[in-house]
Order: sequence, then structure tokens, then C-alpha cells
Amino acid sequence: MSHASLQVGPDGRLKHLLTTEGLPAELVRRILDAADQFVSVSERDVKKVPILRGKSIFNVFFEGSTRTRTTFEIAAKRLSADVINLNVGVSSTSKGETLLDTVYNLQAMDADMFVVRHSQSGAAHLIARHVKPGVAVINAGDGRHAHPTQGLLDMYTIRHYKKDFSALTVAIVGDVLHSRVARSQIHALKTLGVPEVRVIAPKTLLPAAVERLGVRVFNDMAAGLRDCDVVIMLRLQNERMNGALLPSSGEFFKCYGLTAEKLARAKPDAIVMHPGPMNRGIEIDSPVADGRQSVILPQVTFGIAVRMAVMSMLGSA
Amino acid sequence: MPLPDPEKLVRAMAEEMRGKIAPDAALVGIYTGGAWIAERLHRALGLGGPLGFLAVTLYRDDFGRIGLHRESRRSQIPFTVDGREVVLVDDVLHTGRTIRAALNELFDFGRPSAVRLAVLAQRRGRELPIAPDFLGELIEVAGDEDLVLSNDNGKLRLAAVKRP
Repeated sequence: MSHASLQVGPDGRLKHLLTTEGLPAELVRRILDAADQFVSVSERDVKKVPILRGKSIFNVFFEGSTRTRTTFEIAAKRLSADVINLNVGVSSTSKGETLLDTVYNLQAMDADMFVVRHSQSGAAHLIARHVKPGVAVINAGDGRHAHPTQGLLDMYTIRHYKKDFSALTVAIVGDVLHSRVARSQIHALKTLGVPEVRVIAPKTLLPAAVERLGVRVFNDMAAGLRDCDVVIMLRLQNERMNGALLPSSGEFFKCYGLTAEKLARAKPDAIVMHPGPMNRGIEIDSPVADGRQSVILPQVTFGIAVRMAVMSMLGSA
Repeated sequence: MPLPDPEKLVRAMAEEMRGKIAPDAALVGIYTGGAWIAERLHRALGLGGPLGFLAVTLYRDDFGRIGLHRESRRSQIPFTVDGREVVLVDDVLHTGRTIRAALNELFDFGRPSAVRLAVLAQRRGRELPIAPDFLGELIEVAGDEDLVLSNDNGKLRLAAVKRP
């Protein structure tokens, strides 16, 4: 079954959220519009609405990530769902249980939704193919493949500050090779009609044939940042590096770290984004991370609303 | 049988409400129709304070069945609910479920001293113990029809529309 038919039903409804690749533009816009409502819920004294009351959402993290897990947990709680956090990486799989056995066990506990992170690409798809009808799966990051809610919250952030996608130049800078976030962003940006998506990285940190995703490739940061409206910095994924792809992190900062001087090449009203957690002084300079063009903290706030939007759309399936 | 003119009903409702609601009471209209009625009542009663609006989609009990509506309007309660008399305003009271959702949402903003209900039109079919304090008119329509309030450039009109 293709990604598209696995995550979108014949009636056009979202069944699972596995990837932004092939997600119809209309559905992406619906998610962003729904997120608008939830931003206002999060601004109230009582930051909670009852729409997923009685539903059980299992956060199943085969790969640790406290921050991502927390944002999903907050989103689920603000929708009044019950949240169960499972750090599976350190329990069952180390005892030899297979991925699907773990999922069948959790399903037997009457889960309504799984939020899955796994170091293997395709893990969330595998689970989505095997859960009962009506049970939804959200991919919270699988290997180097996809991290769709991050991609969508980045689209929400860009729309919030830039309103219209149709005349934007967006640059994605840094470790594209290891980044599932970059892939999710590129697919979503293309779907929403962004005319120019650039990737800026050394050759060693670019996937083979990255141009096929419809991006312009730059190895020189100064040239790549020229006249950009949006600059997205990626985290240098030290923990994912096998072998020496880079001479040193200091060298990387010199060529690809975002400093005020390099940012001046972009448009004066360009926004700076980063999916977090940041390596200050490696991919981004502190004065830029904390500067007036940075929207890194609003990204986190919007991320909760976007996850609420996705969960509420899946919860009504 | 022609349906009554909503503008006339609103004027009569305002007369009925005058003196019966607290001087500092706040009107809260439920989108969409209730908001139009609340704006007119607010004007007719000459209330000084701000108006509130509720978009109750996130509180409906049929969410699991019909899913998340595309809703661009957001609830706005630009005043302190605690200790204040609130008048919920809607266009048509039918089953009472919308009002139930509105009450739940309202109480997430605070604890009002009292809540009254003003509706332009009521039709038979209540499913909850919710009744209006102020009513424009009781209107009967056929079982397969909806009573719909429309707004044509500021001119309100009631119509019975066959359900698709």
C-alpha cells in the first residue's frame, strides 16, 4: 500500500500521519487552519478542550527524545485524552520482543492512537499497516525518513510570519543527509507551492540526488542565503554521524554556522528557524538564535497547536 | 405560513429583557446566528460592556461522529466571566446540545454569577433540560426541515430548509 492511501482514506480524511510526502495540499491547509483554533485555546486560562476525552494515546518511543515526547503529551492532554508514555527502547525490545509484538500488546490495552518514534525508517508505516481499523498512528520521527509534525509546525510558523507561500525563497541549511526534518519540510514546502526551496550544505552532508526532491543545491552559504525569506537551520546530528563526514565542528561553524554577518545576505525581514535542540556555536551563533529574526521559540508554541490539530483530526476517525 | 421577521422578534426580546438582566450583564453570542442576534440585542439594550462570542465546535458531543469542522471563528470572551451575569444568545434552540456545549466552554473561562438564555426561535425536540429565559417565538417546522437564520447584507431572515 502506498503512503498516500495508507494515511488518507478514500473519503479524504486523515487516517494516520506518517509523512508529508504526498499529503494533499488541501489536507495540509486543513491541519494548519485547525491549528489556528488550538493556538487560541492554549492562550486561555483553561488550556483544555474536551474533544478527545476518554481516548487513550500511547507515546511509544523506541528512540529517546524527551522534548518531542513532551510536546505530544501536552497536546494530547490539552485535548483531554489520557496519555501513556512508554520508553520501549529500554524495556521490551531489549528483551527480544519484535516491534509488532510490542504494538499488538499495546493495542490489546485498547489504545486509540499511537505516537511512534523509532530509529529505523519505515517503522511507523509498518505499525500503521498492522493496527486495527480506527486506531491511528502518528510518526514522531523514523530514522532519516520523516518527522511530519515537525514539518507541519514549520509550515504553520512560516505561514504565521509570511502569510503567503507562493513567492517565498526558503533555505534549509546544514546536515540534510541525516535529517528527517529536512525531508518533511521539503515535501511540505513543495506541496504548498513554495517556488524556491534551497538546501545549503557541504557535499558530504547531502543525500545522493537531493535535487530530485525539487530543491536547488548550494555548497556556498553566502550564495545560498541571498534574498531568502526563511532560513531553516538544521541540527548537526553528532549522534548520527558514522565516520568522519566533517573535519571538525569548528570548521563547520566557519562555513555553515549562521552568524549575523551571513544572515545579512538574506532579506532584512527573513525569519530564522531551528527544530531544536540547538548546538549554539556549531550550526547557529548565539546572537542570531536570540536575535530579533529568530522565531525558534514560537515554533515550539505552534508545535503544540499543530499536534493538537493532527490528533483531533485523527481522533474523529 | 410565513415565518416571523427576526428583526421584529429581536426588538420584542430586547423589551422583555430590559430590567430583567443585571445592568452589567454581558451578552455572549454563539456563532454564527447567535452572534448576529447578540449584536442586535446589545445595541437595542444599550449595554456598555463588551460582547462575547463562542465557537463551540471543540465542545460538541457529536465530535466523534462528524469530526473537526473547518472553523475560522474563534471564541472571544474579552471580559472577566467570574462573578458576572452572562446571557447566552443563540438563533434557534432545538435539541439543547449546542447550549450544553456553550455552557461547558463558558465555564472554562470562569464562574459566572448566573447564566441566562435568550433565543430568537425555539422548535420542538429538546433532548436536554435546557429552556430559554427569553424567547422570540416558538416556531413549528416539519421534522425533515431545519430552521435556518440567514444574514443578507445585515438583513436577517428565518427560513425552513429541507435537510439534504
